[in-house]
Amino acid sequence: MSGTGSAVRSRARAATIEIRAHRGLPRPSFRELWEYRDLLVFLMLRDIKVRYKQTVLGWTWAVVQPFLTMVVFSLLFDRLARVPSDGLPYPVFAFAGLLPWQLFAQTLTQSANSVVSNGALVTKVYFPRVLIPFSAVLAGLVDFGVAFLVLLTMVSYYGLRPSLAILAVPFFVLLAVASALAVGLWLAVVNVRFRDVRYTIPFLTQLWLFITPVAYPSSLIPSPWTVLYALNPMAGVVEGFRWALFGSTGAPGALMLVSSLVVVALLAGGLLFFQASERAFADLV
Amino acid sequence: MASDPAPLALCATGLGKRYTLDHWKPRGTLREALDAAGRRMLSWAARTASGERPPRRPPGVVWALRGVSFEVASGEIVGLIGRNGAGKSTLLRILSRITEPTEGHAVIHGRIGSLLEVGTGFHPELTGRENVYLNGAILGMRRREIDRKFDQIVDFAGVSRHVDTPVKYYSSGMYVRLAFAVAAHLEPDILLVDEVLAVGDLEFQRRCLGKMDEVARGGRTILFVSHHMNQVRRLCQRCIWLDQGEVRLAGTTVEVVAAYERAAMQASTPLDGDRAYSGTGRFVRWELVKPRADEPNFLLESGALTVRVLMQVNRPVRHGHFGITLYNADSQIMWANAASQLVLEPGLRTFELELPGLPLRPGVYYWHVSLHDEHGLVDYWQCVPELIIGTEPVTHPDDRYQGVLNVPWDLHVS
Repeated sequence: MSGTGSAVRSRARAATIEIRAHRGLPRPSFRELWEYRDLLVFLMLRDIKVRYKQTVLGWTWAVVQPFLTMVVFSLLFDRLARVPSDGLPYPVFAFAGLLPWQLFAQTLTQSANSVVSNGALVTKVYFPRVLIPFSAVLAGLVDFGVAFLVLLTMVSYYGLRPSLAILAVPFFVLLAVASALAVGLWLAVVNVRFRDVRYTIPFLTQLWLFITPVAYPSSLIPSPWTVLYALNPMAGVVEGFRWALFGSTGAPGALMLVSSLVVVALLAGGLLFFQASERAFADLV
Repeated sequence: MASDPAPLALCATGLGKRYTLDHWKPRGTLREALDAAGRRMLSWAARTASGERPPRRPPGVVWALRGVSFEVASGEIVGLIGRNGAGKSTLLRILSRITEPTEGHAVIHGRIGSLLEVGTGFHPELTGRENVYLNGAILGMRRREIDRKFDQIVDFAGVSRHVDTPVKYYSSGMYVRLAFAVAAHLEPDILLVDEVLAVGDLEFQRRCLGKMDEVARGGRTILFVSHHMNQVRRLCQRCIWLDQGEVRLAGTTVEVVAAYERAAMQASTPLDGDRAYSGTGRFVRWELVKPRADEPNFLLESGALTVRVLMQVNRPVRHGHFGITLYNADSQIMWANAASQLVLEPGLRTFELELPGLPLRPGVYYWHVSLHDEHGLVDYWQCVPELIIGTEPVTHPDDRYQGVLNVPWDLHVS
């Protein structure tokens, strides 16, 4: 009620909101998203803070899951099946694949469920709905960061020396998150109407893991199939991530290019689909 | 109204909201949708084959709101009244941009804030401080704004000592106070409020009302949904009465509230629709006799009181059995009693209960009254408005030791 509030108000006073039924393609308002940036931050912080509440292991979970998976993979694929690992020690090879994969799978799951699990917000307050799936991203990134430290420890344990290509790691992290959102946005919308999605996601990520070079190198894929294989954006992400860390094989240029294009197309489509559908969320959630 | 010189804050033209059956049954599974699609195709095929025209209006369409037009001038406080299901909440949801209208449009000048619920987005695992920031941002405040108001908010709620405790350890009173405090410090140009003032103890309610007055004097516009006609009378200059999704009457508060209450008194238009009603008689009103406040449902002083319940009796009752129960906000029975073998002649009958006192803690309480005759239930009424007890609290000040009774003591230590 003080004078300091007047600046806020005079900025907003110019704003005239028109409410009517919208038809056709949505026109995303980036200015509005920018106005709500603080909310995005607080939603992300909430997800991080709440994530491991009431667990004994807390953030250790971020490491335990990929680590145990790596151990299992090492026993199965390295010792039993003798899967090649591009000249790297298999445990490092697998762990380096599991990290971007875990980031992808978690972000995908969280964002796909985000609108439904935030139903209480959606039906009571207006804000750009697209903030909800985006807020699911950060918690996955923190998990990734914790596990990445463990990966660096492993790298030095095995006496490996990353090259300058390691600077490209953030790009692949971004690509993994973008891939997850690209799929998550579509699923989040469908989930609002059909709760079947919730039960489909674990199944989907499980199958997706098999067509992604996490436990095996993409060099195993026979050449006529590589283009098709590259349509899976995570193929480019995982191979690119390994290349950035170890540079064991040449840069997976073609694979990455195709993957990036697929991600951009899916993400743009997902954003449009999400914004076209978000008007009905409050009536359906 | 038309000659009002103040600029318009809000202008709604022909707002309508249609829900289809599909929307009413939101938690469908894919299979159900496929089933329905299949059935639609079959019936379409059958109709096409028989040359029948499709029905013009699909069945199962509900208009929650239709043709609603009104204007609100800047700085006005407008009450939105009407019984449950009249479309008040739908209207607020449309104006808050939570959902889109099916037809019509509205123009809003200025920053809009809506309070459809207290504590939206509060997370039990987060601390009071974290929730203030999260909830503030959800309501549309910027971080700097919350920084600036943080101390005021916490003081207003009276939870300064527990601000770094997760709110799951808060008493329900503290929780609600904190949640309201955040909302009360929102500074929009136009505030949409849905019956959120009915929270907290009376002292806190008073502070909330005070805050609303302050907000209104600050030149802000408020659109306010309430079932409490006294609250509406006190706060609003103008009222809009919604009935079955349409504006039934709009005008000065005095005029609209009076018409609304008249309609409520008539048995043909019950205010609370899902009431069992035999036709023999109907409870219409309750009040405190000679209340020491301007509100007939506020009990502000301890000591003897008289409660009056009015019933419109249409057919003579020979063997009446009258029951009355007082519940607290947690639905615990505070007190109940009954009387049998009552004889009631047609007309407006009164039941007057003289009580030596109701030494209950300040808060919201609910009367339930019932009348049976030899044929069964005549009427059962969960009385509106609720009883609000606002006597001075004389027991332990700490929230954790809040009891049910509010009884003074003299302690002698020897």
